[in-house]
Amino acid sequence: MTTFASDPVARDTFRSRLRDRAWQIAAAATHPRDPADYLDMFRPLRAGADLRARVVEVRPETCDAVTVVLRPGQAWRGHQPGQYVRIGLDVDGVRLWRSYSLTSAPGDGLITITAKAVPDGVVSAHLAQELQPGQLVHLDQAVGDFVLPDPAPRKILFITGGSGITPVMGMLRAGLGRFEDAVLVHSEARADDVIFGDELRDYAAAGHLRLVEQHTDTHGRLDVAALADVVPDLAERETWACGPAGLLDAIEEQWASLTEIGELHTERFRTALAEPGEGGSVTFSATGTTVELDGTTPILDAGEQNGVLMPSGCRMGICFSCVLPLRSGAVRDLRSGEVTTAAPGDGVLIQTCISAAAGACDIDC
Amino acid sequence: MTVLQKKAANPIGHLSPEDIEEIGRRLDAIRDEVIATRGARDAAYIRKVISVQRKLELGSRAVLLLSLFPPAWLIGTAGLSVAKILENMEIGHNILHGQWDWMRDPKIHSTTYEWDHASPAEQWKHAHNNLHHTFTNVVGKDNDLGYGIMRVDEDQRWYPLYLAQPFWNFVNAMFFEYGIAAYDLELGKNLATKERRQDPDFKARTKQVLKKIRGQMTKDYVVHPLLSGPSVLHTLAANAVANVVRNVWSHSVIMCGHFPEGVETFERKSIVGETRGEWYLRQMLGSANINGSRAMHIMTGNLSYQIEHHLFPDLPSNRYQEIAPKVRAIFDEYNLRYTTGPLPKQVASAWAKVFRLSLPNDFGARVRSLGRPAGSRYGALPAR
Repeated sequence: MTTFASDPVARDTFRSRLRDRAWQIAAAATHPRDPADYLDMFRPLRAGADLRARVVEVRPETCDAVTVVLRPGQAWRGHQPGQYVRIGLDVDGVRLWRSYSLTSAPGDGLITITAKAVPDGVVSAHLAQELQPGQLVHLDQAVGDFVLPDPAPRKILFITGGSGITPVMGMLRAGLGRFEDAVLVHSEARADDVIFGDELRDYAAAGHLRLVEQHTDTHGRLDVAALADVVPDLAERETWACGPAGLLDAIEEQWASLTEIGELHTERFRTALAEPGEGGSVTFSATGTTVELDGTTPILDAGEQNGVLMPSGCRMGICFSCVLPLRSGAVRDLRSGEVTTAAPGDGVLIQTCISAAAGACDIDC
Repeated sequence: MTVLQKKAANPIGHLSPEDIEEIGRRLDAIRDEVIATRGARDAAYIRKVISVQRKLELGSRAVLLLSLFPPAWLIGTAGLSVAKILENMEIGHNILHGQWDWMRDPKIHSTTYEWDHASPAEQWKHAHNNLHHTFTNVVGKDNDLGYGIMRVDEDQRWYPLYLAQPFWNFVNAMFFEYGIAAYDLELGKNLATKERRQDPDFKARTKQVLKKIRGQMTKDYVVHPLLSGPSVLHTLAANAVANVVRNVWSHSVIMCGHFPEGVETFERKSIVGETRGEWYLRQMLGSANINGSRAMHIMTGNLSYQIEHHLFPDLPSNRYQEIAPKVRAIFDEYNLRYTTGPLPKQVASAWAKVFRLSLPNDFGARVRSLGRPAGSRYGALPAR
């Protein structure tokens, strides 16, 4: 025992071995269930459990945006401002996963996400109307590289549109002191619709940043080519942009055409798509499910709709969590239109979230 | 019973091909309606059942730690028996049918769930979902008809071995989960020749089954008893009793599904080129329900709605009760027999058949004709 008392490493190893042994016995006692299945009934947020969060509050932000305050379980590893998180919600009995930017500063044990209603969006409607404090939601660790370096550049430009403000809000809330000279150009239909409008205007009034609001209902769309009119020192600024695809496309085009310009970082909520092609019948061989697909439906969505347990992630072709082997057949990349084919037995790995059927194909899931 | 096609009075003789397809369309409509309304209510139901089952199992096992005291033994054993039955019937069987796959919850999904049973989920799903549910009651194709060890239809050939089938059936009831594991492995067929015994696929599957059984045995007969300290032997006995109770219960329920009088069987060649409507019709006539209380239905995993289950094996089990009146209305309209009865009656009916068919078909006639002159012996054969 003296060795234990004097040697913390040996003591920790002993403890972790003891814990492993106890878990093995518990697993033998609950076979074929995992002991976690029983523990989850009583302590779903404990360390070592699958990551979940308890809803603390759901509050309206604007007439079509809500903020959800969550207390993640002990397995939560924290986040960097600007990152997003995948949240799994049981919407009318069906587990649906969506990604949301974190709008809270890291640190106090609570996280917030803010979601704007999407037309026909069952998940955003669920967040606004069904979700109640006390309920549990499923969670993944925070991801994303739309973050600021440390220290932040001296001159920063944020360009955001609509709910594109959300990752930037996370950055701002994480500490305004970091910004020596920040400009935020934000585009939204009307002043009342600006998510976090009051808070942003307060920041501006207090001199933490310069806020330029573009209300598109009255003043038309933000003219990216004329940005230098509102931000004269544009060329000296490093830019973080997030918003609708049209806005980001215009920004990327503009930046590409300029030679004297600072670095550009963009965050897209949806992916840009190529012209669709023909569909085909897709077989998920492990489950034996076959579905007829058009050339526009992602294989991931089709599998999920038919009860196949598909791995998924960002749903926009970035994270590669949804990759599955294509045993045979052809799929088309929805972004580029590029066709990938596999001969029987091949097992070409494809991203199911941005792949559509391009003829009959066989997916190993 | 005799395969439907050989019966003197064909119970579907009055149906035209159009009638049969119309029945199929109506059943499809019932199915579509359920699928369109599947949602939060159904998800809440299965989660509730799972939660009750797990708490009951934990509680019962905790009480059994003190099983030295007779009241604790009784309560714990009863609770564990019910928990084990719920797990296999309303939870395991139905999850493995894919009834809850639409929820996309990886914990309640046919491809990930493993049940508290000797047969590994993977093998059971193949034998049960792919074979039995496809070839329901087709003599020579559906091995559930007597599980390969019993004669449950007049059209199965009689061998003297069948004389002992009431005894086999009793043994099978007591150790039903192992019977199923052996059946899913097709043990009889695969042990028959040296070549089959040494088939790598068969060997791998056998290993899988043995591993599963070892895990099951370790839990019920080693870990839980040892954790009970001085109550070790009492807890061991409690687990054994709970397993036997579940075996006998599931065996009874499953016998009621396809063996009682009134259930039809089908000729092998009758399913060649079978249409959707004809497939439905075979499921309608090849299954029997049990009527009783709500608790009884849950304890059978809603297999008391065997007819509805066979028509729609992948619809959530809590919906069978709701659609049963609509299904029955179709039976009535088309003058078909909807076989159902209380549990004791159906169990008795199934056992009666096991006893009767342990003897050759014409046994009664032979006995009766013993006193008559030779030559007339086969003349008075009844239709069956």
